[in-house]
Amino acid sequence: MIEFLQQLLNGLSLGAIYALIALGYTMVYGVLRFINFAHSDVFMVGAFVGYYLGRCVPAGTFWGASVVLVGAMASCAVLGMTIERLAYRPLRGAPTLNVLITAIGVSLLLEYSGQVFFGAAPRSFPPVVPSAQLSLGGLVLSSNQLVVILGTAALMWALRLVVLRTRIGMAMRAVSLNPQAARLVGVNNDIIISFTFGLGSALAGAGGVLYAINYPSIDPLMGVMPGLKAFVCAVLGGIGNIPGAALGGLILGTTETFVGGSSWSTYKDAIAFAVLILILLLRPGGLLGRPTIEKV
Amino acid sequence: MIALPRLHLLLLILGSASLCLRAQETVRIGEFASLTGKEAAFGQSSHKGTVLAIEKLNAGGGLLGRKVELFTEDNQSKPGESTTAVRKLISRNKIVALLGEVASSRSLEAAPIAQGAHIPMVSPSSTNPEVTQRGPYIFRVCFIDPFQGAVLAKFAFNSLHAHRVGVLSSVSSAYSVGLAKYFAEPYVAAGGVIAIAQKYSEGDKDFKAQLTAIRAAGVDAIFVPGYYTEAALIAKQARELGLTIPLFGGDGWEAPQLLEIGGTAVEGCYYSTHYSPEDPAPLVQQFVQAFQARWGGEMPDAMAALGYDSALMLADAIKRAGSTDGARIRDALAATKGFAGVTGTTSMDADRNASKAAVIVVIKDGRFQFLESVAP
Amino acid sequence: MPKAHLALCAALAVCFGGWWFSDRIDPYLLDVITGVGINIILAVSLNLVNGYTGQFSLGHAGFMAIGAYLSGACTIFLGPHLLGPDGGNGWSQGTLFLGALLVGGLCASVAGLLIGVPSLRLKGDYLALVTLGFGEIIRVIFQNTESLGGALGLSPIPAYTNIFWTYGFVALAVFVVVCLTRSTYGRGFLATRDDEIAAEAIGLDTTRYKIVAFVIGAFFAGVAGGLYGHFKQSIYPTGFDFTKSIEIVVMVILGGMGNTLGVILAAILLTALPEMLRPIAEYRMVLYSFLLIVLMLARPQGLFNFRWRGAKSVV
Repeated sequence: MIEFLQQLLNGLSLGAIYALIALGYTMVYGVLRFINFAHSDVFMVGAFVGYYLGRCVPAGTFWGASVVLVGAMASCAVLGMTIERLAYRPLRGAPTLNVLITAIGVSLLLEYSGQVFFGAAPRSFPPVVPSAQLSLGGLVLSSNQLVVILGTAALMWALRLVVLRTRIGMAMRAVSLNPQAARLVGVNNDIIISFTFGLGSALAGAGGVLYAINYPSIDPLMGVMPGLKAFVCAVLGGIGNIPGAALGGLILGTTETFVGGSSWSTYKDAIAFAVLILILLLRPGGLLGRPTIEKV
Repeated sequence: MIALPRLHLLLLILGSASLCLRAQETVRIGEFASLTGKEAAFGQSSHKGTVLAIEKLNAGGGLLGRKVELFTEDNQSKPGESTTAVRKLISRNKIVALLGEVASSRSLEAAPIAQGAHIPMVSPSSTNPEVTQRGPYIFRVCFIDPFQGAVLAKFAFNSLHAHRVGVLSSVSSAYSVGLAKYFAEPYVAAGGVIAIAQKYSEGDKDFKAQLTAIRAAGVDAIFVPGYYTEAALIAKQARELGLTIPLFGGDGWEAPQLLEIGGTAVEGCYYSTHYSPEDPAPLVQQFVQAFQARWGGEMPDAMAALGYDSALMLADAIKRAGSTDGARIRDALAATKGFAGVTGTTSMDADRNASKAAVIVVIKDGRFQFLESVAP
Repeated sequence: MPKAHLALCAALAVCFGGWWFSDRIDPYLLDVITGVGINIILAVSLNLVNGYTGQFSLGHAGFMAIGAYLSGACTIFLGPHLLGPDGGNGWSQGTLFLGALLVGGLCASVAGLLIGVPSLRLKGDYLALVTLGFGEIIRVIFQNTESLGGALGLSPIPAYTNIFWTYGFVALAVFVVVCLTRSTYGRGFLATRDDEIAAEAIGLDTTRYKIVAFVIGAFFAGVAGGLYGHFKQSIYPTGFDFTKSIEIVVMVILGGMGNTLGVILAAILLTALPEMLRPIAEYRMVLYSFLLIVLMLARPQGLFNFRWRGAKSVV
C-alpha cells in the first residue's frame, strides 16, 4: 500500500511537469493549428538560463529562487517570440508541412547549438531551493516534489486567470476559434499570436527550471523526451484544451511511473508512444476534446 | 572544450604538411575517440592522456629514432562513425597502430577493421570481454568486466556485508549490461541474494519508480553499474526517498560531475576503477604533475591515465619489435610482461587482456578517496 | 524490352564491373562510396512516402533497423548451417546474402503495413508524430531483445556488402520508384498528396495508395538496413533513433520532395560533405538544421528541384 502511494506521489510530480510543458503545446496549437516542435528546446533553454542565474544568486533563499524562475520565464518568452517572428510568421499562409519542417529545423538548431556552446556533458543545476524530506508513515515526500506540484498548480491557475478573465485572454480565445472573424472585430492577430507564443514559452521556461530543481542534471538534449511525452499528454487531454493538458499530464505521469516501477520498466518510454497511437486511433479528439468538423 | 577540435585541425594540418615534406619519416599512430557528443567527457580525458604520452615520447627522442605522429579522429560518440574513422586512418593516414576506444561498443565496431588490415589496436579502457575476442591484433591495457564484477561482488559481500542487493542497470549501454551480468554470477555464488533487478535507459532523469520498488524489496545496498550521468541522480533520488543504504558501481562512475551533481547524496558510496591519483608511487605522482602542467591544473582521471598507459605500452612494444611492421608489433604487444604503467603493472595474458589490480574508491568529504587495491 | 528494363540491366552490369575493379580503389574511398549508395536507397524510398504520397513519416530509421537486425540474424544464425563449416564459396555466400536482404526487406514491409494501416486517418503533424513513435517503439523493442544482442548490439556481422550489392539495389530501388511513379500508381500517389478529399471524391482508393507507398518504402529501407548491417559489421539500437530518421528526411527535403533525381543528388552531397568536413564535424548537425530552416523559408521546393512548379510549396 505504501509503495502504491509512493509511486502515485512520484507519478503526480512527474505528471505536473509534463502538464506544464503540455500547456505550451496546446496553447500554440489552439491559435495556430500547428505543433511547435521547438517547444521542448525552449524548455531546455529555460533550464540553462536558470543554471546561469542560479550560480549568481545565493542558494536556498526565496528571492533567489524567484529571480531564477522569473528570469528563465522572461528569457524563454523572448526566445519564443523571436522564433515565431523569424521562422513561423513568414510561413503564415504556407502549407502546414513547410511549417512543420521549419519547426523541426528550429528544434534541432537549438539542440545542437546547445551542444556546441554548452558541451554535451551534463551539468549540475545549483540548489536554488533547499531540499528536505518529509516522512509520513512509510511515505517520503521530497520538498522538491512539493515545489514542483505547487508551482505547476500555481502557474496553471495563473494561466486560467489570464485566458478567462483578461481582455487579451479573450482575444486569444477569439483567434483560436476563428482567426478571420477575430480580425474583423479588431483583434490584431499578429500581436495575439506573438503573445501566445511568449506565454507558452514562458511556461516552458518555468517547466525547465522546475524540472532542473527536481532532476539537477541538465544537458542540451534534456528536452527531447519530456517534450515528446508532454505532447502526448496534450493530445491525450485534447489538443487545444487547457484543462485537458493537465489531465493528460496526470494520467501519463502516473502510468509511466507505475510501469517504471514494475518489471516492465525498460518499456517505459514506449508506453508514451503506445498511448499516443491508441488515443489517436480510438478518440482523436482526446479525452476532453470535441471532434472537429473539417469543411471542404 | 571547443578549442580542442581546432587543436586537432592544427595537428592534422601540421601532420599532413610534414607528411608531404618528409614522407615515411615519422612513426604514425592513429587514435579514434569520442571527442564530441554524449561521451565527450571520457573521450577528451583519454585523448589528453594519449597526447601527453606522445609528447613525452617525442621529447625523449621519439621511437626507433623517428618522431611519433598522432592522427586523431572524432566519432562524435555515435554508433557507425568509428568504422569510417578507422578506415580513413588506415588507408589515408597510413597508421602503423591504432589507439582506441573508451567505450566497448565503439571498440567492437572498429576491431574487425583493424584486425582485417592487420593493424594492432590497443584499447585504453574498453572492459567488455568481447572486444579482444575479435582477433589476435586487438589488445587492451585495462582489466575486463568479469574481473571487475568479481572484485565488486567480493567487496559488496565481504567489506560492505551486503547480503541482499538490488541492481539498477542501464538497458541501453553495453557496458552496464555486461557489468551487471559479471557481478551477478560471482555474487550469487558467494551466497549473496539479488533481491531485485530494475532497469533504466540512458538519458533518463527520473528513477523514483525503480527506486521505490527497490526500497520495498528491503536490500542492504544498491549496485548501479552505469555511467556517472545517471548514477549521480540515482543516488540523489534514493536519498530523497529515504534510502540511507550505500550505493556502489564500476569505473563508469569516475568523473568530477558525479560529485557536482550528486553532492551529499554520494557520500559513503563506492566504486571500482583503474587507478587513483592519490597513489603515492613516484610514477603516478610524476604523471599527475606532468598532466596538470600540460592541461592547466586538471586532475587526471582513470580515462586519462589509461590513455597515457595505452600509448606508452604501444610505444614500448614498437621499441621491442624494432620495426613498424604490424605483425612484429603485434607479437611484441602479446609478449608484454611487467610493463610499469601509471595504472599499475600490466602484463598481457593469453586473451590479450591486462592482468592487473583494481582500485576501490570511496566518496568521502566531497572527494574521491582511495580505499583499497584488489589484485587479480 | 522496355527502355527502363534495359537501363536496369545496363546499370547492373556497370555495378558488376565496378565491383570487379573495387580492390584497386582506396578502402576509405570505397567506404564513403558504399555509404553514399546506402543513403541513396534510404532517401529514394523515403521520397516515395513523404514526397510523392505526402505522408510525412519520421520513422524511417525503424524500418532500417528491422532490415538490419533481421538480415544480420539470418547471416549470423543461419549462415553456419547453410554455408557449411568452410564458409562456402562466393556463390553460396552471395545467395545467402541476397536471401538475408530479402528477408530483412520483407519483414520491414510487413512493419510498413502495420504502421501504414493505423496512420490512414491521420494527417500532417499527427502522422509525423505517430511514425516517430513507431520508430522509437521499434528501437526500444530491439534494445530489449537479448537474442539479438540487446544493448550490446548485433555483431560481428559478416562483411558481405560490396559495391555490386549496394549499387545493384540502388539501381533496383530507383527503377521501381521511377516506374511506379510514371504509372497509374504514380498518379494516385500525387492525387493523394495534393488533395486527398478530392481524390476520394473522384473515386480513387487513397487507402491503397498510401499503404503501397509505405510498404514499398519500408521494403527498400529494410534492404538498405541489411546492407548497412553487413557494411558496418555491428549494429546498435541507438544507431536507428530519431536522429537517423531526421538525417534521411533532410536529404529528401534538400533534394525536393517528389523529385527522385534531386533526392539522389542530395543523398550524395549529404554523405560526402561530412567526410570532407571532418575537422568541423561537431558543427554538422547545427549546419543541417540551419539549412532546413533557410530552405523552408527561401526555397521550399528543394535545392535540386529545377522544375518550377509555380507557387512556393514543398511539394
